[in-house]
Amino acid sequence: MSNIAIKTLLDQTDSDIASYLEACVHCGECAEACHFYEATQDPKYTPTYKLQPLVKAYKRHKAPLRGIKKLFGLVPDEVTDEELREWEPLIYDSCTMCGRCTLVCPMGIDIAGTIRKVREGYAAAEIIPEGLTSARGYVEKTGSPMGVTPKALLAQIKRQEKETGIEIPVDVVGADYLALLSSMEIMGYPEIIGAYAKLFRQAGLSWTLSTKAYEATNIGVQIGSAPLAKSLVQKVVDEAEALGVKHVISPECGHAYGALRWAGPNLVGKQFSFEVVHIIELLDRLRTEGRIPPGAKDGRKLTLHDPCQIIRRGGLLQEPRRLMDDACANFVEMDGAGIANLCCGGGGGVSANPRAEDLKTKAFAAKLKQITDIGDVDAVVVPCANCRGVFEDGMFEYDSEIDVIGLGELIADTLKDDAPAAKE
Amino acid sequence: MTFLQFVEGPFFYVAAAIFVAAALWRMVGIIRIGKKPDLAPAKGSATAGWFKGNLRHFFPRHLFAERTWMHILGGYGFHLGLFALLLFAAPHIAFVDRFTGLSWPALPRWGFIIAAQISFAGLIVLWVRRFCDPVMRLISDWDDHVGSWLTFLVMLTGCLALQQSHDALRATHMLFVDVWLIYFPFSRLMHAFTFFLSRGATGANYGRKGMNP
Repeated sequence: MSNIAIKTLLDQTDSDIASYLEACVHCGECAEACHFYEATQDPKYTPTYKLQPLVKAYKRHKAPLRGIKKLFGLVPDEVTDEELREWEPLIYDSCTMCGRCTLVCPMGIDIAGTIRKVREGYAAAEIIPEGLTSARGYVEKTGSPMGVTPKALLAQIKRQEKETGIEIPVDVVGADYLALLSSMEIMGYPEIIGAYAKLFRQAGLSWTLSTKAYEATNIGVQIGSAPLAKSLVQKVVDEAEALGVKHVISPECGHAYGALRWAGPNLVGKQFSFEVVHIIELLDRLRTEGRIPPGAKDGRKLTLHDPCQIIRRGGLLQEPRRLMDDACANFVEMDGAGIANLCCGGGGGVSANPRAEDLKTKAFAAKLKQITDIGDVDAVVVPCANCRGVFEDGMFEYDSEIDVIGLGELIADTLKDDAPAAKE
Repeated sequence: MTFLQFVEGPFFYVAAAIFVAAALWRMVGIIRIGKKPDLAPAKGSATAGWFKGNLRHFFPRHLFAERTWMHILGGYGFHLGLFALLLFAAPHIAFVDRFTGLSWPALPRWGFIIAAQISFAGLIVLWVRRFCDPVMRLISDWDDHVGSWLTFLVMLTGCLALQQSHDALRATHMLFVDVWLIYFPFSRLMHAFTFFLSRGATGANYGRKGMNP
C-alpha cells in the first residue's frame, strides 16, 4: 500500500512542489494562519507538519544530493503504512486547502496545493476517510456526491418555475450558457435556480440547465483522485460540447470553480472550447453592462464571507464586493476581509467527513468571531453552497441568530423591478 | 604550512568549491524536475506574479504581524545583521581584496559591533524559539539546530578574531567558515537560494489567476 502511495507522491512532485519542500525553514509561522491550529492550539495542526509523508518520500527518493546524503545516513527512512495512516486525519480532517498559510509563509510556500498532491498519494493507496468514500460511491452511481438524480433536479426546477412563474430552460441545444449547480444547492438551496431564472431573463441571456451535466461538485478534487476528477470534468466538457455552448457557469461553490476553471483543462489534457465563468464573475459582468440593474438595496447590516477557493485561490476578489455595494445599504467588511479572510472550516472535503465534525465546528468559532466582532450583523452573505451549509450548522451549534444568505439570491432579490429585459 | 594558512588556503578552496558545486547541483536539480504546462487560460501574468510573489513575502501582513512579531524581528534582525557583517566587515573586505583586488568602504568599528549584536540577538531568539515554542519543537529537526549552531559559531569566532591579533582565533574562525561552506548546500541553510524558487512558483501560479498572495 505504501509503495503505491510513495510512487504517486513522487510522481506528483514537480519542480514547484520540490521548491516548496526545499525552501521550508521550519519557522512555524504557518500555524498562526491555520484555523485548526488557532482553534485547538495543538501543534500537530501546523500546516507544514501535515506534509511529513511527502517530505520524507521526497528526501529519500527525489531530492537532489540525496546520493551523497545517503552515504552519511542522512536521508529519512522509508514512509511506512503506519505513518501514512497516522497522518491521514491531518491530511483530510485538518486541512481545508484554504491556502491562508501561504500568506504568512516567508517562503511563500503553497501548502494547500501541496496537500492536494499528498491526497493523490493517499487516494491511490485507498487511504481515504469513510465520509469521502461514501460520497465517491454516490458519485459513481449518480454523478452527484449527494446522490442527486436528474429526476430530483427536474422536480426542483418545476418547483422553482411555479415559485417564480418563469420557464427554466433544460437541455437546450445552441444555448450560449450552460449553468451548473452543486448538489448542496439543488437539495438545500433550490431558490438559487429561481434566482438564475429571474436574473438571466432580465439580462436576456440564452442559457440552459442540463440533465446530463448539472453537477459542479468535484469529489475527485477533494479526495485527491485525479482520475475521478478528470471523469467528472470530462462529463461537463462532453455535455458543453454536445449543447454547443460558449460558456459554462460555475455555481456558488468554491472548489467546483477551481476544479473546472483552473484544474479542468489540465485534468482532461486540452484547452476547453468554451469559457468557464463563475456566477459571481458573470453577474458582475452583466451588472457592469447594465443588463441587471440594481433596484432598492437590502437595508440590513450585511457582511461578506470570502470562500477560499473563489477569492484567495480563485482570483475573484473585487467582483463580489462590487455586487454587494450595489445590493446592500449597509455592507460592512470583516477584519482581514479579502484574500486573508478565514475559511469556514469545512472546505476541501472536511464537511463531507463526519470524523472531522468536531474539529470543523471548533474552527468555525474563529470564523464566527470575525463576524460578531463587527457588531450587530444581521446576515452574512456566503457565495459558496458548501460554506453556507457549514455556516448554518455552525450558527446553530453556537446559538447565533445571524442569517446566512447566498449572493445570487441577494442580487435577484434586489434587482430593479420594472427594468425592461435586456437583449443580448 | 601553518594551520591558518591551511584553513585560509587549500581547505578554503575545497570548501568554496564544494559550496558552489553542490549549491548549483541542488538548484539545477530542483528546476530540472520540471512541471507540465498549465492549459487553463490565464487571467493575469505568471511572470509578473513571479516577481510580485518574491517581493510581497518580504513584508508581513498586518493581520498576522501581531502574532508573529517575535519571529519577524528575530528573522530580520539576524539576517540584516549577518549581511552587514558578511559584506561590510573590514576583515571580510580585505579577504575579498586579497583574492580579487576588489574593495569597498567598510563598517566603522561601532557599526560592526551594532550589526553583530543585532544579528546575535536575532539568531538567539530564533534558536530559543525552536525549543520553547511547542510548534517549533515539533517541527524542528537536527538540521535546524546544526545550521543555527554552525552559523552562531562562525559569527562568534568572527567577533573573537576581529582584532586579527591572534592567528589561532583567526584560524578558528576560518575553520568554522570552511565547515559552514561545506555544510550549507546539503542543509536547510540553502533557503538563502531556494526561497526565490518557492516564492516565485506560488507567485506565478497566483499571478495567472490574477491574484497576489
